[in-house]
Amino acid sequence: MASKAYLPATTVTADWRDFLALTKPRVLTLVVFTGLCGLLAAPVAINPVLGFTAVLCIALGAGAAGALNQWYEADLDAMMRRTADRPLPAGRMDRQSALHFGVGLGAFSVILMGLAVNVLAAAILTVSILFYVVVYTVWLKRRTPQNIVIGGAAGAFPALIGWAAATGRVETLPVLLFALVFLWTPPHFWALALYINTDYARAGVPMLPAVAGNRVTRGQIMLYTVPMVIAAIAPWPMGLTGAIYGVGATALSLIFALLALRVGLSREDDQAKMKPERQLFAFSILYLFGVFGLVVADKVL
Amino acid sequence: MNDFTPEQLAEIRRKQKSRALVMALLLGALVMLFYAISIAKML
Repeated sequence: MASKAYLPATTVTADWRDFLALTKPRVLTLVVFTGLCGLLAAPVAINPVLGFTAVLCIALGAGAAGALNQWYEADLDAMMRRTADRPLPAGRMDRQSALHFGVGLGAFSVILMGLAVNVLAAAILTVSILFYVVVYTVWLKRRTPQNIVIGGAAGAFPALIGWAAATGRVETLPVLLFALVFLWTPPHFWALALYINTDYARAGVPMLPAVAGNRVTRGQIMLYTVPMVIAAIAPWPMGLTGAIYGVGATALSLIFALLALRVGLSREDDQAKMKPERQLFAFSILYLFGVFGLVVADKVL
Repeated sequence: MNDFTPEQLAEIRRKQKSRALVMALLLGALVMLFYAISIAKML
């Protein structure tokens, strides 16, 4: 085993798949979808090549934020079963490579966005990366049980960036879409956190169910659902969208609110019996894709 | 570096080769993207 000591193994043996894993590809699906919807919902048609570039930059920027998140949280990831096999805690890559990759990818995404699309979109992309890495990952995640609320803001930026890429402006509708994702994240995540055992407590991250208990978490889910529903429906009475969006978003929001109410009224502590929580989590994913799909459908049809 | 076993060296070479290949493909894609952006900006 003496050879192991000389192996700069982590720098030499990192596979390209490890770099891809640093970007959290599954999270990118939602980022790309909401960014694309923001772009397509804008009243100005963007050149398809520049539109593709804008979405690519959003994805690369989010990937960079994911890489820097994993660079900073390697110690924490090593303590949790779900994340222990990531490239850094598993020892397939050294931290410096992850840092260089994250910074390089982030800088590239912002510069490309600024040069090919517009400066406003590049500026918001910069803010979103810094917000996720500095405010969420470094500053608040390990300090407050409201950490996921802050994380939700980071995930809410793509729609705003997509709109800014197409129009060069920030207007009311994308701000409402930002608010929607921001307010959607806590009920979505806490519903999951209620019925699965996360290792966050063991890793020292104050997730709400572990810190404040199931009852408080259920109350918070209902608390965030109310303004989320308002943000989702508001574009219709404000004249920002038509009836296709208005009727669809209202129907989806009512279902979401009913499922959240069932969670809020539940007193079940046995995770195996938490059916309303499972239903809310599953529906919340469908809900977000549905509402954003309706924004685009309303514009196109 | 002399302490690598032949198996370790072969593994390292395999990963280096795959990384180089992916990098070449990415650079090729970027060349095409920058070309397309240049054309799009002129329209």
